[in-house]
This record gives sequence, C-alpha cells and structure tokens, in this order.
Amino acid sequence: MAYSEKVVDHFNNPRNMGSFKKEEDGVGTGIVGAPECGDVMKLQIKVQNDTIVDAKFKTFGCGSAIASSSLATEWLKGKTVEEAGKIKNTDIVQELNLPPVKIHCSVLAEDAIKAALADYKKKEDGKETVK
Amino acid sequence: MKFPIYLDNHSTTPMDPRVLESMLPYFTEKFGNSASRNHAFGWEAEEAVENARKQIARLIHADAKEIVFTSGATESDNLALKGVAEMYHEKGDHIITSSTEHRAVLDTAKALGAKRGVKVTYLPVDKFGMVNPEDVRNAITDKTILVSIMFANNEIGTINPIKEIGKIAKEKGILFHCDATQGVGKVPVDVQDMGIDLMSFTAHKIYGPKGVGALYVRKKNPRVRIAAQMDGGGHERGMRSGTLPVPLIVGFGKACELCEQEMAADGARLSVMRDRLHANITKALEDVYLNGHPTERLPHNLNISFAYVEGESLLMGCKEIALSSGSACTSATLEPSYVLRALGVGAELAHSSIRFGLGRFTLDEEVDYAGKRIIETVTKLREMSPLYEMAKEGIDLKSVQWAAH
Repeated sequence: MAYSEKVVDHFNNPRNMGSFKKEEDGVGTGIVGAPECGDVMKLQIKVQNDTIVDAKFKTFGCGSAIASSSLATEWLKGKTVEEAGKIKNTDIVQELNLPPVKIHCSVLAEDAIKAALADYKKKEDGKETVK
Repeated sequence: MKFPIYLDNHSTTPMDPRVLESMLPYFTEKFGNSASRNHAFGWEAEEAVENARKQIARLIHADAKEIVFTSGATESDNLALKGVAEMYHEKGDHIITSSTEHRAVLDTAKALGAKRGVKVTYLPVDKFGMVNPEDVRNAITDKTILVSIMFANNEIGTINPIKEIGKIAKEKGILFHCDATQGVGKVPVDVQDMGIDLMSFTAHKIYGPKGVGALYVRKKNPRVRIAAQMDGGGHERGMRSGTLPVPLIVGFGKACELCEQEMAADGARLSVMRDRLHANITKALEDVYLNGHPTERLPHNLNISFAYVEGESLLMGCKEIALSSGSACTSATLEPSYVLRALGVGAELAHSSIRFGLGRFTLDEEVDYAGKRIIETVTKLREMSPLYEMAKEGIDLKSVQWAAH
C-alpha cells in the first residue's frame, strides 16, 4: 500500500515526539489502544490559562498511527481546551489522506486527544476539591 | 549496491537468467502443443516437456510419470485435497492437517468441510512451529483418508519431521500429502525416503517462472488415485486437463536441475549470512525474539520479533529493503500472523515480527546493510514507542489494563 506524502513526512519527521512528566502541573495524559491490537498512543498536553501551550506524543503502531498522533500534537498547540475537544477523526483522515483500512488510526488519535483532555480536567477538578 | 534490496524470497524469487535462456526458444520457434501427436512441432514440445519432467522428478527422487503439472502450488494443494477427498469418499471422510499450513491447504480443507462434509483435524504445533508426529498418530481414525502436513513453513521456516510423519501414515495405510513449496530446491526432499504420497511445489520459489507448479502423485506402493478437478482433454494422465505451458515447464525443469546442482552450496552460504544477520541484530538490540526453530529451519529464513515496535512501521522505516511482516497492518485480514499465534507468540509480538528471506542472488553486503538499517530503525521507533518507555520505567506491560479496540 502506498502512503500519502503527508503520512511519510510525519513518519520521517515526527512533530513533538517525546514526553512530559505526568505529574507536572497543567499536564494531561491520554494513553489509548492496546499492544495486542498493534497500536498504542500516548498523547500529552500542557495547559496554561486554559490554552494548550505544548503537546507531545509517543506511538507504537503503523506509519498512519504515528502520523495521526504527530498531526494531532501540531493541531493541539495554541487551541483552548474547549477547541481541542472539537477535533474530529475525519479531519485527520482528510488531512493525511488515509485509506479506509487506516481510519481506525485517526479514531485512536481522536480518542487520545479526548483522554488527554479528560485527564487534564480531572487533575484540575482534583485541585479545586483540595482547596 | 543496487536499491531496493530484495529480501523477500519466501514470497517469490527472481528468475535465474539460465532458466530464462532455456525457456526462450519455446515461446517462438518451438511453439508446438505438446499434445499434438502428428507433427514435428508437437513432438519437439513433447520432448521438451518430458525432459523437464525428468529434471523435476530427479530433484525429489520420483519417477517422471509421477509429476502432474499445474498452475502452481495453490492448485496442487487444491487438487491433492479435493482429488483425494472425492476419490476416496467411500473409504472415509476425515483429513488431518496442521494449524500453520498455508492458506491454500487450510482454506481448501475448510471448503471441503463446508461443501462435502469432510471432517478436518487441525493439529497444534509446538512453540517452534513443529508438528509432533505422535499427534498425527493419535488423530488418525478409521475414517481418516489423508494427512496433509507442510514440509517447511513459509513464515518461520521451521522444517517438520516429515519422514516420521510419512512412516506413521504408511503404517496406518493413510495417504500423506506434503505441501513442500518452501522446501523443494532449498533442502533435500526425497519422496521415497520420506514416505510422501502426494507433494505440492512450484517453480517461482526456486528461481523459475511464475504460473507453473507440480503435484507429485505416487504411482506404486501405493498407487494413488485422485479425482480430476479440471476436465477436458485428459492431459496429465487424466488428472489435470489443459494444454501444457511448454515454456514455463521447460523453465521449471531447468530451475530444478540448477537446484539439484547448487542447493547444497546455496544453503551453506545463505545460512552463514543469515546467522550473521541474526547475530548482528541480537548484539545491537535487546528484547529481540527469534520465531521458529533455532536449528530445524530453512537455511535462508530468519523471522524475528522486535518488542515495542510495530512491524509495518518498521518496514516503512526501511523502505529500501523488501521484507515482510506478521503485523496485522500488512495483512488483508487485519489480524496478526496466524502462524505466529499458533506458536503461542503473543499478539503484540506477532505485530512486531519481520521475516527475512535470503536467496541465491543475495549478496553479503546487502544482508549487512539490511541488518544495519533494521537496527537503526528499531532504535528510532523505540524512542517513539510508549511501550518501550513504560518498559524502561519498569512497568510490566502485561499488568496494564489496556482498552482493546
């Protein structure tokens, strides 16, 4: 199967690959997928004043999975938490020109974004209860 | 070094130039139909076919009359299983095979089950992918008409104890079919010594042309009969009608002759290369697992799982090398390799497997380059892998509650 140029570009030059410390203030972490299924994505956001100032990913998976998560980190940066929640897997499919068999990679990336946002919100809520 | 580098010789092999040369006259000036009995064109073609039949038979220690030409190993497997099931249906309706057979055998057995009510036993394999001959013995019933076990596996290269299985089949008076597509021309195959009654193989895996294969059908002790699956002009002793593809058959014959002369040297050279590749990889990388048998394997096969790295991304990272993976992402079914799963390899490691298939034209420098690139790419992808990160942090990946999707 031939990959689109954009997938190849993200695969060869992944954007924002790496990790934040999970316990760091303002960091939300989402880990989705399963090794048995052949893909696991870890997506992290760093939020300041309700804006995502940085994002990082690590992915075990095929080229399309790596590209989907790399693209997601690019899109997340600069968005508010609310805006980030509106990123849809279909946007990723369109941008990367993913074939039908690879749509699940984009679904996983959307799930990872949602999981990271949920983790961030949970941490923030936790703080308020402590106060 | 020329790119891309071809290391997928289990899939197919390049044709040997000497094979091509032998074929060329039969496309043009010697174009006769080998079934034309009344003129020189036919006689010339028939002579060429009979010569090829001898070359092929010699490689597997058979008689030339026992070779039935087909379009390839898939057709040979179909003809063997369906032909035997139909011919011997009054004797019984039970077939024994193994879980790691090629799809051409598995799907044919399944079709026989669905359409003809044939009962099929799928024997398990051990952790190296090997069938236990005692399992074959224990599975035999008074309704068993055929045992079909592959010579060597196409993914992991494990060679089955064919001779012992043949002996058991003979003892019990049951026909033994062997899909030897990956074994013939690579390692010695002797249908007499191994007690094989029917055997499938093909030209394009042994540096011959695509589109021609053979089914060996034993003529005596016992005389095996199969019901034709292709009716027509009664070619191939009535077992497979259809005009013979003379140029392909000539090439198949030449390919077998060359294998007979060169397979010992080829095998010795390739196993050294293969072992060096394996050693280089295990020296440079941790958490690397060999799939298949450590010694009872094809000399040109290496199958390795690289933990924490998904196979398709690994292939994508070294695109200038033609390899294959057991990852779901590279299969049509979106399931990881059923062969590796049958060995008890975890799904996550099946997704991480790469098959190297060396061949007659593989160069030392190509294998060394491939090893270097694989090591680089695995290292890079592990840096990108959340699983590798977790493992490094001392988290037991098996204890994590994953959300399967």
